[in-house]
Amino acid sequence: MAEYKKPTSEKEFQKNFKQKKPLMNATEAYYEASRCLFCYDAPCIQACPTHIDIPLFIKQIHTDNVTGSAKTIFDANWIGNACGVVCPTGVLCEGACVYNHQDVPPIQIGRLQNYATNTTIEAQKDIFKIGKSNGKKIAIIGAGPAGIACACEARTLGYEVDIFEAKDKPSGLTVHGIAPYKITNEEVLKEIKYLQDQLKFDIKYNSAITSKEQLQKIEKEYDAIFLGVGLGKTATLSLEGEDKKGVVGAVEFIEELRMKHHKTNVPKKVVVIGGGNTAMDAASEAARMGARKTVLAYRRSKEEMGAYGFEYDLAISAGVDSLFNATPIAIVGNGKVEGVKFAKTEIIEGKLQTNMNNVFIVRCDMVIKATGQAKQGSFYQLIDDLEIDTKTRIVVNEETFQTSNKKYFAGGDAINGGAEVVNAAYDGKMAAQGINQWLLK
Amino acid sequence: MIDLSVNFAGIKAPNPFWLASAPPTNSGYQIMKAFEAGWGGAVWKTLGVPVVNVSSRYGSVNYRNTRMMGFNNIELITDRPLADNLREIEEVKKYFPDHAVIASLMVESKKEWHQIIKDVENAGADGIELNFGCPHGMCERGMGSAVGQEPEVLKTIVEWVKEAATIPVITKLSPNISHIVDPGLAAVQGGTDSISLINTIKSIVGIDLDSYAPYPIVDGKSTNGGYCGPAVKPIAMNMLKDLAQHPEISKVPISGIGGIETWRDVVEFILLGATSVQVCTAVMHYGFGIVREMETGLRQFMEEKNYKTIYDFAGKALPNITEWKHLNLKHKVVAEINADKCIGCDLCYIACDDGAHQAISLPKEAENRIPSIIEENCVGCNLCALVCPVEDCITMVKKDDGTEHITWHERTMNNDVPTTFDDDRAGGKGHFVPKPTDALK
Ligand SMILES: Cc1cc2nc3c(=O)[nH]c(=O)nc-3n(C[C@H](O)[C@H](O)[C@H](O)COP(=O)(O)OP(=O)(O)OC[C@H]3O[C@@H](n4cnc5c(N)ncnc54)[C@H](O)[C@@H]3O)c2cc1C
Ligand SMILES: Cc1cc2nc3c(=O)[nH]c(=O)nc-3n(C[C@H](O)[C@H](O)[C@H](O)COP(=O)(O)O)c2cc1C
Ligand code: SF4
Ligand code: SF4
Ligand code: SF4
Repeated sequence: MAEYKKPTSEKEFQKNFKQKKPLMNATEAYYEASRCLFCYDAPCIQACPTHIDIPLFIKQIHTDNVTGSAKTIFDANWIGNACGVVCPTGVLCEGACVYNHQDVPPIQIGRLQNYATNTTIEAQKDIFKIGKSNGKKIAIIGAGPAGIACACEARTLGYEVDIFEAKDKPSGLTVHGIAPYKITNEEVLKEIKYLQDQLKFDIKYNSAITSKEQLQKIEKEYDAIFLGVGLGKTATLSLEGEDKKGVVGAVEFIEELRMKHHKTNVPKKVVVIGGGNTAMDAASEAARMGARKTVLAYRRSKEEMGAYGFEYDLAISAGVDSLFNATPIAIVGNGKVEGVKFAKTEIIEGKLQTNMNNVFIVRCDMVIKATGQAKQGSFYQLIDDLEIDTKTRIVVNEETFQTSNKKYFAGGDAINGGAEVVNAAYDGKMAAQGINQWLLK
Repeated sequence: MIDLSVNFAGIKAPNPFWLASAPPTNSGYQIMKAFEAGWGGAVWKTLGVPVVNVSSRYGSVNYRNTRMMGFNNIELITDRPLADNLREIEEVKKYFPDHAVIASLMVESKKEWHQIIKDVENAGADGIELNFGCPHGMCERGMGSAVGQEPEVLKTIVEWVKEAATIPVITKLSPNISHIVDPGLAAVQGGTDSISLINTIKSIVGIDLDSYAPYPIVDGKSTNGGYCGPAVKPIAMNMLKDLAQHPEISKVPISGIGGIETWRDVVEFILLGATSVQVCTAVMHYGFGIVREMETGLRQFMEEKNYKTIYDFAGKALPNITEWKHLNLKHKVVAEINADKCIGCDLCYIACDDGAHQAISLPKEAENRIPSIIEENCVGCNLCALVCPVEDCITMVKKDDGTEHITWHERTMNNDVPTTFDDDRAGGKGHFVPKPTDALK
């Protein structure tokens, strides 16, 4: 039973994808800020991957120094505005807020953060300073959160920066992947423009770096290179019938949804395969696009899902049904998908076993595979001496983010295998400092 | 049966909750509405030669999430013709013969005083209050606090009034003086039947950071205002205590004013010797309805303590207020933290370490943020218990067995007090203090 009517206009789309963390108004921000205790050595700061001085920026909101508050935020996190609404705050800063120990709702740190930065961006306040030019140049591959953060930090340190981006928009998965009810495209792009207007770095769009020659040219022209390439397309499942029409990867589905909104085609019955946050998002999104039946299928139990509990709850509240302990064995249909054949699974001696005696078909018109993104392995092979771990993640020095090829630095999903925007923002910033240390020593 | 009625220097009222002379008592309409709501008396907005007021009259101090914790105004006495006020006094008395209607007066010459007293008596007022308190505007014209600050002048005017008045006279004092007993005694010697205090305190509540003018701004300029509201309550209570403990002054009843908003405030003023209370700011903030909370709270308190009338406990705190030199130097309390309630904000730690006596330590393991008290360093100052945001989490526990008692006064008598700069008897001698350089670690 779908709770959402199929959106036929942008207005209906926005209604179905209503923002989960709407912008606070000044009064709400003032009162919420007043609750913060200004804890000593505050645990929320430790829980934020970028270590924003949270009690300080909240006090600045409360004392009507919103610009100063935004400065505090951006000083630690160049993607501070988006992070305020896309971060899983319940497991980060807000999860660490001392109020939780009292069963009192924690401070809404994310929304306050978004309020301060959004207000400052809207007012077009100039708050950043480009560093005195040191004559050196940095190339950045990928304009996702990691790349943008690296660019901003590098500009404040006096570097010339050029970003090479495969797509026609900046900000990577923040604009192409994150669920539309967390942040709008405009909000994402507005922040990048604000940063770019002040820090003046160049982004070359539609400029995928795919060959050794391109890399050699970059290596020659630039003093250091930062890799913020993220992950690749949805990995294949090697399932019988996977090539049928109507079988799509989650990342590709979500990207289309983010770009085309209500014009994205979502049929009546959808099966989503996977148990991570991306699967939860894709299922929620299919339901909000008016699918009458959306089934979320995961091969293990609910408890074993990688997704956050709140993301699962959100999908269920959107009208998604779940199917646990069932693994897909084939996609059925005549040319186009008509259903997914599942086999029940069970754990025998600690191992997941498929029970081929318990097989059934779930009818559907669309299958969304949310079983992980492929890594950029073939791209990494183009770079000499670049060390990659067994999970195809680039290996970096934890403090400087330098790779085994000294000229290259890396951060974001490319080194952690897929985490959050806030991690990418942290990595990019620290990598710029790592580059600075390396070049100036 | 609890009886809340009062007989204040001959002015009878069904309860001690009176409206202070201020905007809420500007008209018969407001006073009738207040009596309907449950107020027992009202002191009419000060009558005299009507004034002309400015537009933009109030300013306030907001603290954290509390608006108007302090309030100031630059309004003068009534701007309505005397005849209109007199007619309305008569009408109010017709409808509410048992409620107290007191006319506040402020004029200059003896002739004017005699005339206006006759007028308000004819209108049916139950008493007269002399406004010797207004600290802005009126004082520039030799009235209000200009009188309250000159005990001799005050006494003369009280004598003029007493020559003419046949109804009880209340003298309202200004707090803008260093020794409140001087005008208090002058009023009693002049023959006043009772005293009320405090009027407002000279103040500047804030400055606009664009126009550089203090609030409230009148066409780019302002003047000092009169401060009132919850912020002034402690000052008012101390002055009330000074009068109520004075052997001469305490012979007349005192009406307590200044920051009263709740039943608790009312009880505290009564415990300090007030036998009626007057309220302005709380009504200007919340309307007449707040009297419901005051009355039910007062009744509940009296029921629990088994008091029949407010006279049963009026002044009961006075014997417990003594001079510092008579306090027991052997009394010893030490802070104790309830680890089950503690939420780990560590405000107590930083307050004690930076602002008090370095008597709280943090746990070694970073995970657990629950601090502990270093008992031998704790001087029992209460600071940690005051900053702790959790109810009853830090308690101050009595450690002396109550058998010893020695005061500064007694020690002085025994020649056992420090007398030289490096006297061995210094209270803090031998008390732990960290090495100055420990701060740099
Ligand atoms: C479905 C989904 C939902 C998510 N939801 C959230 C969420 O709610 N909250 C949250 O914090 N995080 C979320 N994330 C994770 C988050 O989006 C990523 O962790 C973050 O975007 C990683 O940033 P990045 O800069 O490392 O990589 P990306 O954002 O992937 O950016 C990489 C950029 O590099 C470009 N690029 C790649 N290869 C090349 C090349 N060879 N040449 C030139 N350009 C190239 C890409 O086009 C892209 O723009 C989600 C991710 C997904 C997939
Ligand atoms: C515990 C305490 C002790 C104080 N001791 C002194 C003192 O020794 N000398 C002094 O000039 N003022 C002393 N003061 C007054 C303060 O310096 C200051 O004038 C007053 O607290 C008002 O400022 P505030 O509102 O910021 O607290 C003391 C204040 C406090 C709270
Ligand atoms: S833990 Fe909560 S209350 Fe304490 S500083 Fe952080 S946000 Fe404020
Ligand atoms: S009572 Fe004062 S000295 Fe003792 S622990 Fe608390 S703050 Fe420190
Ligand atoms: S102030 Fe109270 S809640 Fe905070 S750490 Fe100290 S004892 Fe715990």
